Amino acid sequence: MSGYAIEAVGLRRTYRSRTGWLRPQRREVEAVRGVDLTVGNGELFGLLGPNGAGKTTTIKLLNTLLIPTAGTARVCGHDVVTQTREVRRRIGYVFGGDRGLYDRLSARDNLRYFAELYGVPAREQKRRIAELLDLVRLTGREQERVEGYSRGMRQRLHIARGLLHRPRVLFLDEPSIGVDPVAARELRRTVADLAATGTTVLLTTHYMAEADELCDRIAVIANGTIQALGTPAELRHHADGRQVLEVEAYGVADAQLAAIHALPGVREASVTVTGATQVLTVQSDAGVDVQAAVLRELDGVRLGRVTARQPTLEDAYVAIVNRINAPTRPLEAVGG
Amino acid sequence: MIAVGLLLHTKQLTRSPFEIATALIVPVVQATLAVYLFRAGGEPGRLLEAAVGAGLMGVWSSVLFGSGGAIQNQRWQGTLEMLMLAPRPPALMILPITLATAVTGTYAMLATLLWGRLLYGVPLNFAHPLLFLVAVPGCVLGLGMFGLLLASTFVLLRNANALANTLEYPIWLVSGMLVPLTVLPGWTGPIAAVLPTTWGARAVQEAASGGPVWPSLGLCLAISLGCLVAGALMMTHVERRARAAATLALA
Ligand SMILES: Nc1ncnc2c1ncn2[C@@H]1O[C@H](COP(=O)(O)OP(=O)(O)O)[C@@H](O)[C@H]1O
Ligand SMILES: [Mg+2]
Repeated sequence: MSGYAIEAVGLRRTYRSRTGWLRPQRREVEAVRGVDLTVGNGELFGLLGPNGAGKTTTIKLLNTLLIPTAGTARVCGHDVVTQTREVRRRIGYVFGGDRGLYDRLSARDNLRYFAELYGVPAREQKRRIAELLDLVRLTGREQERVEGYSRGMRQRLHIARGLLHRPRVLFLDEPSIGVDPVAARELRRTVADLAATGTTVLLTTHYMAEADELCDRIAVIANGTIQALGTPAELRHHADGRQVLEVEAYGVADAQLAAIHALPGVREASVTVTGATQVLTVQSDAGVDVQAAVLRELDGVRLGRVTARQPTLEDAYVAIVNRINAPTRPLEAVGG
Repeated sequence: MIAVGLLLHTKQLTRSPFEIATALIVPVVQATLAVYLFRAGGEPGRLLEAAVGAGLMGVWSSVLFGSGGAIQNQRWQGTLEMLMLAPRPPALMILPITLATAVTGTYAMLATLLWGRLLYGVPLNFAHPLLFLVAVPGCVLGLGMFGLLLASTFVLLRNANALANTLEYPIWLVSGMLVPLTVLPGWTGPIAAVLPTTWGARAVQEAASGGPVWPSLGLCLAISLGCLVAGALMMTHVERRARAAATLALA
């Protein structure tokens, strides 16, 4: 057996679907296009990428729910296509969202059923279920039907279910999606505790901060390929040689953003909206002072605070993800 | 494991408000229909037979729609992936569900008999009361196993729902649940002979109104066991196909 918990070599997956009823058309989506990665035993590994990057597909290739179009993968040394039962015995899978549970059954019944399915010995079930209900803080509510549960409670129940059979490798697909910030923080603590006790965790997320806080190593995935892989500190280097300008604004037009993007020395420019305020973030080469030029482009727009700062991991992430889009953006070509 | 699965899936099924409403209304309608049909036919002596037949129809409908849609249902709930991730043969994951649909259907049998008794005074004079209590669970078990074959076949078909609708009445008829097989045209004979529903229905009827229950029950279970094996092979194929085609989850 190899020393890695997860090994993937050249994983690819193409979805073929038919759309249209009268004149069916075949559509192909290359969701994952050649992913190589290894995750060590006990490592907490993050797969970080925007929506549609191929995170869920990668997880499902590794946890036997999908058969790869090409490439191979092993979990705990077992092939995910030919040794599915061996793999399934050793893995847990938790996905975000509120589906995947029996709504009209209580939390306890849900756990009892899956304990049975996943082969938890009958005499251990009671203790294990109580232990997990405690871990996810659902003790006292385990007799209630799941249909009355909040999003966060369902998510915690999902996690308890995923851990019933003490999996050696846990796949967590965007576990914090739709969960309130307090619940998300508790969830991160649970995940960190698990990893601390030796469980290998592969976590996908599109929140940089979540990956940064939890993961030993992060692979940034976009467009079905891994764009960068390393510890959070290593990934931060992708923004080396850059500086960041942040401008609070009210009403930046798309054309203005494009013009800013095209300024000499500007590498990235994006706008995020919080309430009525926009925050314009501009990444530029460290040697070039773009502040004056940027403010000139924003002439006529009401502005708030303007700050210059060092790049964060978030900025590095933006830089990595946008790198692949660069050739298709004509404006950026002008900016050099 | 099958027992726990059966128990919990039955719980899940019987707690749906739609299911409960249907379960309350349908038996009354069925009992009424059966009783009036037979009264009109001037055979009041066979009222019990009629009520039992109506009850069997209820079991069959529950299996047909419940099992036929079992996989689709799990997919909608998002639980199909979780079931398939269990380190066990896929058929074992689905069998408890199809058995549960048959068990839920038994309720229709009980309710039809009860309403027949309360509303129309159908005499519950079973020929072999004890055998009846064996034949019904036997028949239910058989139908549940047959259900696995339905579940695995239907999931491959695009128009499974339409097929389920078109299969409901013919199988009632062909299996002789309501009318005796002897009044049906001769060509239905062979079809009836290979359907587990026929033998299950016959065993239950024999227990109710007299006859050698065991041979029919044995045949019903033997054929069902065959269906179970076929269904299990089919499930393995279906699972593999679904993993290749990415149809375990909702796209
Ligand atoms: N079952 C499917 N059929 C067709 N296309 C799919 C299917 N699932 C995902 N995709 C497509 O594959 C790409 C990657 O999806 P996914 O792996 O879910 O990304 P992520 O989890 O990173 O958001 C997307 O373009 C998505 O639309
Ligand atoms: Mg996803």
